[in-house]
Amino acid sequence: MRIAVLSGKGGTGKTLVSVNLAAAAPQALYVDCDEEEPNGHLFFRPEKLESTPVNVLIPQFDWNLCNGCRKCIDFCKFNALAYINDLPFLFPEICHSCGGCARVCPQKAIQDVPKGIGSIKRGTSEGVTMLSGIMKPGVVTGVPIIQRLLEMIEGEEGLIVLDSPPGTACTAMETIRGSDYCLLVAEPTLFGMYNLESVCNLAKLFNKPFGIVLNKCTEEENPSETFCRQNGYPILASIPFDHELGLLNSNGGIAVRQLPTYQKLFQELLDTITEKAKRLCA
Amino acid sequence: MKQLLILSGKGGTGKTTISSAFIHLAQAQAYADCDVDAPNLHLINRKTGQPETSDFDGLDKAQINQEKCDQCGDCMEACRFGAISFENNRYEVDYLACEGCSVCIEICPQKAIDPVRSITGELMLYRGQDSIFSTAQLKTGSGNSGKLVAEVKKRMKEAAPEATPLAIIDGSPGIGCPVIASLSGIDTVLIVAEPSLSGISDLERIVKTARNFRVDCAVCINKHDLNPERTQDIKAFCEREEIPCVGKIPFDLEVNRAVNQGLCISQVPCPAQKAIETVYQNVTQLMELTS
Repeated sequence: MRIAVLSGKGGTGKTLVSVNLAAAAPQALYVDCDEEEPNGHLFFRPEKLESTPVNVLIPQFDWNLCNGCRKCIDFCKFNALAYINDLPFLFPEICHSCGGCARVCPQKAIQDVPKGIGSIKRGTSEGVTMLSGIMKPGVVTGVPIIQRLLEMIEGEEGLIVLDSPPGTACTAMETIRGSDYCLLVAEPTLFGMYNLESVCNLAKLFNKPFGIVLNKCTEEENPSETFCRQNGYPILASIPFDHELGLLNSNGGIAVRQLPTYQKLFQELLDTITEKAKRLCA
Repeated sequence: MKQLLILSGKGGTGKTTISSAFIHLAQAQAYADCDVDAPNLHLINRKTGQPETSDFDGLDKAQINQEKCDQCGDCMEACRFGAISFENNRYEVDYLACEGCSVCIEICPQKAIDPVRSITGELMLYRGQDSIFSTAQLKTGSGNSGKLVAEVKKRMKEAAPEATPLAIIDGSPGIGCPVIASLSGIDTVLIVAEPSLSGISDLERIVKTARNFRVDCAVCINKHDLNPERTQDIKAFCEREEIPCVGKIPFDLEVNRAVNQGLCISQVPCPAQKAIETVYQNVTQLMELTS
């Protein structure tokens, strides 16, 4: 079963929930898809890390063949090519690797060459196998890293937790696409509620079943909770605002391995989701 | 006009709380929300009146004309985004996966693929009596947010009164395309850091990104008392990297209360409000703003 852990807003506790959910199971695969700011490895700290580079293809020009006809420049929808001194000039960070320029070049002067945009790290921590996508700073999009991650876990059985990037744009979409269930983490603020609504819509757009975890709950008003109740969205767990948990988490500790209360909370959350997913399959 | 951008790398560290307070303190004549994926600034720095809205077009997406298609499959093979599949005995474009590169349109021997308009966001510009506010909402499930961010900033700049001393821009989390787009033309980036291992890792990555585009950074530490040890680590990082640390803000439940009432934290007397004022003074000094 694949659970995508999402939130519209950043910093609501996606990594906290993902890491602990994976660690609560006897065996699990934790996949960090937040390739811009991956943090799961700071919790699992695997002793051995295997690293695989991720490349995309970008055009390389053969200046002996290029005659400056500018067909490639006119074709590029992303404006990654400019015409400078009667020749094409590439802005590699804008290139989307569509391969169009090489196809339209009448001189066959363009060749696709690999360019590194990041890597995928693999390691283990007790029963958890961790895969983490890491984008190089300065690179515009890490979508190919997420796609590569999803390819790597194709055919894997058992519990897979996908720790997603924030938001509802292209990178978050990739992780939803590959999931069986969406777990949405929300914080008790108006901001949290507003962004929760967008991510609920995204899960619906992909026709995925979803449930909500309320995080950092206090005794006070919780707009996200009100929103769930009004819309009939299932609240699967409420994590309290707890200094002990906060401190442990900010130091890279895994709550289910150290605090019995949270062992129980995440075990129950995992059971609830498994039960729901089973019912949906039946 | 000088431009201050608030970023954080990690989400949820307090970018919008600080942006909205700065807008209040500076009585900013121009401000913008570049977190087009999850915009929240309008929930606090509300403007009266209706905004000028306009649709934002993304690149045209591909659509296969089934009557002309002879099912050669060249399009599926050429698509680098895996957006074309063969299901139910026909080739189809997955609208959400299509990036609009138009390679399939170019290569289709039957000329059976057409571009169709795709609206990826909505731009909103509020013109108040003494200030303008530019914001946008990316349509759920859309990509290419960098271009929308560039447009939000362009509109703010065009509409801002000429003598505007300081524009304040709320950024998005991460280090990818919307962040990179928001960095262009910026004088100073204020990074809101959080004292946790994750927060520090993300801080290092956003600093690298900003430096890649040669923009000066300053750092403030939010919720510093939640982990004093990690707060020290952030300070040490700033010293090592020669980045000015312009203040630290305590964890304060008043911040959530203010947000939930739609108030800006600088309207509520509390420890966080005082600390943010100091951060603001330090930033304006750093940017050599006289007012």
